[in-house]
This record gives sequence, structure tokens and C-alpha cells, in this order.
Amino acid sequence: MLSPASTAALEAGPAEGSSAVLRVSGRLDAYSVGPLWKAALTALDSRASVPLIIDASAVDYCDGAGIALLVNLMRQPRAAGSEVSVRDLRSPFDRLLQQFDPQRFIPRPPPPALREPLPERVGEVGAEFLREGYQRIAFVGESAAAIVETLANPTHIRRNDALVIAQRMGADAIPIVLLIGFLMGVILAFQTAVAVRQFGADLFVADVVALGVLRELGPLMTAIILAGRSGSAFAAELGTMKVNEEIDALITMGLSPVRFLVVPRLIAGFLLCPMLTAIADLLGLLGGAAVMQTFGVPIVTYFQQVQSMVSQADLFGGIAKSFVFGVLVAGVGCLQGLNTGQGPSAVGQSTTRAVVGSIILIVAADSVFAFIYNVLGI
Amino acid sequence: MNETIIRVEHLTIGYGGKTVLKDLNFEVQHGEVFAILGGSGSGKSTLLKHMIGLYPPMSGHIWLDDIDIASAQGSVRLSALRRIGVAYQSGALFGSMTLAQNVRLALEEYTDLPDEAMELIARMKLDLVGLKDFADSLPAEVSGGMQKRAAIARAMALDPAILFLDEPSAGLDPVTSAGLDQLIERLKRGLGVTFVVVTHELPSIFAIADRVIMLDPRTRGIVAQGRPQELRDHSDNPVVRQFFNRQAGALEAA
Repeated sequence: MLSPASTAALEAGPAEGSSAVLRVSGRLDAYSVGPLWKAALTALDSRASVPLIIDASAVDYCDGAGIALLVNLMRQPRAAGSEVSVRDLRSPFDRLLQQFDPQRFIPRPPPPALREPLPERVGEVGAEFLREGYQRIAFVGESAAAIVETLANPTHIRRNDALVIAQRMGADAIPIVLLIGFLMGVILAFQTAVAVRQFGADLFVADVVALGVLRELGPLMTAIILAGRSGSAFAAELGTMKVNEEIDALITMGLSPVRFLVVPRLIAGFLLCPMLTAIADLLGLLGGAAVMQTFGVPIVTYFQQVQSMVSQADLFGGIAKSFVFGVLVAGVGCLQGLNTGQGPSAVGQSTTRAVVGSIILIVAADSVFAFIYNVLGI
Repeated sequence: MNETIIRVEHLTIGYGGKTVLKDLNFEVQHGEVFAILGGSGSGKSTLLKHMIGLYPPMSGHIWLDDIDIASAQGSVRLSALRRIGVAYQSGALFGSMTLAQNVRLALEEYTDLPDEAMELIARMKLDLVGLKDFADSLPAEVSGGMQKRAAIARAMALDPAILFLDEPSAGLDPVTSAGLDQLIERLKRGLGVTFVVVTHELPSIFAIADRVIMLDPRTRGIVAQGRPQELRDHSDNPVVRQFFNRQAGALEAA
């Protein structure tokens, strides 16, 4: 029943005794009320000291917005003896008006916001920090216990769940790992070539590409891809389950969410990250080879140079890191998912936290590995 | 007031190639409360979602006045959608906004009302459903039943000609549920609002519904339509009798 073309009017009527009269007419709805709103209040204020009658006999139609206009006039604070009243609003619209007591809609000032003193806020942040730390430690312990228990009773692994998760995390990620791996090799080769070719040492590009990809970039880029693809997915999936009370349902059925949801994901992360890293390593080397080809270095020469430079320790050192990265990505994703608060925005927050948290942990873990490998002489 | 406001013609609906309901024909008259009945899984909610244009039908037409919501696009479709209000089964309130802000949203987007007017209208709509004192609460801070009522207030924000309610009284206590029925009755008489209600609450059906259709998952169609009292007293269709009798039995036991 709304039409943007609707019109309504407000005008002063002849005074009746000591009362002033305002006449409203036309169609009062969400479109026509807007222009009248201010004018009506002004008219009201200019007749502040006399009783005011609003004559609504010429109103053709009046919906919720029109009723709001009338209620707004009737709720304005007035001196005693100069009240506002509405007259002759036709049926059935009068019944709509009777539903509301204007006195109930007198706006009250909001209570002054209490500002907590600084020490209290600092304390709260500190307590929150400790609580989160506690949650993380508890999560690590709980997951470790669940994994040990699962390994002791391998039949407890939810195999189908684990396989589906592994497919989504691993097989479905292969195209993007192929692409990023190859381009990583290409970029590294080109950047190295800029410096190395000045000395005519084109072949040494192979050394840099091979060592760089196998030791650092392969595992690191793969883990970051996984954090973006799967860590976020885990957090969103578990977070949505939390919001929908599915996690509560598991707990009340006596099933541990950690064993049920986290362990299959940790296993998938542990096994798949190294596999994807191996693919990224291979494609990185091929990318380097492709660039060398454009410099006129044959592929055979390139790979001979790579073989002479790279040891097994370089390859497996990189792969070893990726086991840890895989667990970190899956673990942080699940932790943030299970710690999701209420509502849809909470799912978004925990997804963000999962990705940011796992990238920070991956880089931190990588520097620990760099230190250890340095000490071990790998 | 006997003009047709919604006309459904040869409507077949379903998901992903699976037919849920086929060849439906019915009309909703202006200013009546029209109830869609049926057991769980009979496609009541699915039908409602097609009637508000949320999903395209497999075939057939849904005329809202003179607009076919099934095929309308762009501004035509928008003008049809502005004439309807929908309260979803779960409430579907926006979790980051207070109840008053939820109600205000449509007013802010579609009208030029002053801020004070929108605030007052929002509070009045919430007052209608008994939630004025919770206007500044977030949906997560009120109970499920309150969320449902707030959703109805939101659907009424622009005073739509047709209100679609998906199981409005499910999960509400009997007192609140009866209050909701009175509200529907008041809006129908006062503003001439047409209601399309999906429900299986017998007390509500007899209290408010002018006409009903009953869906049956086995035939995937309408098994009966008419006034609820007539269906209860005179239908010889076993599905209809079972629906009314079993519900009546459940009420006596309660």
C-alpha cells in the first residue's frame, strides 16, 4: 500500500474556543510523513501555551509511519492544560493509534557510560592474555593426549573424515601449489640472474634456485598456501559448528570435539604438507630450469649443477620442516575455530586469527629451524 | 474486499532437479489470512521461499498483483519486494545490530524520514510485538522467541501490503503465541494487511486463518483447500482428517 507519489498536508485550522487546531489531510505513509515531520513540530512549538487539537478527519489513509507522526506530536512534553489531542481519525486507523500510549515513547537520556579506570582495563587485558595462553596450552595438551590415544587404538581414527579432509586440504590444493611453485622458481631465477650475470656466472643461478627453493621457499610458501586455504577453512568450519551448537551437541553425546574434529585435521596436515612441499620443490626447480633455458643453459647442465650443489640434507631438511608447518596450520585453525564466540562476525574473526596466527607461527618455527640447522651444520 | 492479491498458476518447485511440489494453483485474496499447512517435509517453507521470489520455480507463475515474481528482474522485482515483508523461521536478525537498528534498516534504505521519525517508528513496531524495552539489545542477548517477534517487527517496518510469516508461533509460549495471533488480527483489520502464514499450530489456524491449503508430500500437491473449520468438520480426505484429529488428540493430552 505504499506509493512514492503519495502526498499529505498540514495547515492551521480555525481556533475553537481556547484551543488551537491543526488539520492534517491526505495520505500519511512512510513517504509523505518525512516532509511533514519538522513542520508539525514547529507548528506545535508555536502553540505551546494553548491546548492543541489535531483534526485528522481529512486523512484518507494512515499507516504505521502516519501513526508515528501523530504519536510524536502527542508525546512532546507540554505544560499542564495545553495537551495535544487527536480528533476524528477515521476507523480503522483510529484503532492503530489506540494501540500506543504516547507517554511510553518519551525519550529518556541514555545513562552516562561508565568508563573503567585505567588499572582495571590493563588488568582485564592482562587477564585475557593469560586466559588465552592457558587455552592454548590446554589445547596442545588435549590434542597430544587425543593423538596418543588414537595412535594406541588406530581403529578410533575416523578414517572417512580424515580422507575427505585430506582430499580437500591436499589433492584440491595441487593446482595452486603447482602454479605458485613454478612461479617461485621463475622469480628466484630472474632475480638472481640480475646480480650473477654481471660476473658471467650464469650457471650459479641454478645453485641459488635449488638451495633457496628446497631449504626455504618450498616449505614456507606451501605452508602459507595451506594457511590461507585450509587453516582458514578449518577455523570457519569449526567456528560455524560452534555457533550452531554442533560442538555442544558432540560434548553432550560424550564425544570429545578434539578427538572427533581436531585429530583427523592434525593428521591430514601432518601428512599432506610435506607431500605438497615436495611438489612445490619439484616445480620450483623446473621454473628455474625454464628461465635458464632462456639464458641458453641446457636443462641437462642445469640439473647436473643442481645435483652437484644440493645434498640430501638440504632436501630432507626442508621436508622435515613442513611436517611441523602442517601441524601448526591445522592446529591453529582448529584452535581458533573451537574458540569462536557468538554470531557470524565471530566466525570471521576466528578465520582471520587462524590465518594470521599460523603465518606468524610458521615464520617463527622456520627461524628456530634455521638456528638448529646452523648448529647441526646442515 | 474480494480482490486477488497473489495468484499462483501451475507452479512446480524443487531443488536440484528433485521436484518437491508440482502443478500448484491457488489464490490469496486481499486482506485475508492465508495459511499453508502440512506436516514436516511437505514443502511448506520451500513454497513460501518461492512465493517471495527467493528461488526461481521449475515452471509456472507467481503473480503478486500484476508482477510475476518468478521472472521479474531489476526495478520491477524490487517494487514487488518492497510491498512484501518476510519473517523467517529462525528470525534471521542481523547479529551485529540492535533490535531497533534491525527494524530501522529498511526505513533508512527506502525512505527520507528524519532520524527521530525512524527511531520512533522502530520502537513502535517493537512495542507492537511487546519488545519495546529490548529495543537496544543485540539479538544474541534476547531469547529465541523474542528474536522471532523482533523479526516480525522488522518485516512490518515499511508497512507492507503482504506479510509472509514462516512458522511465527513455533517455539513460543502459548501466551505470547496468542498475543501474536491478536496482533495479526489487528493488523489485518486495521491496515488491511494480507498474511501468508506457514504453520502447523492448530489453535493459531482456527484463531486467525480465513483460508488454508494443505500440502501432502506423497502426492506432492495440494490435498485440500478452504476454510479451516470446514476442512476439520467435513473433509473426508484421510490426510486432512489425520492432521486435524491427531493434533486435536495431542491438545487434549496436553
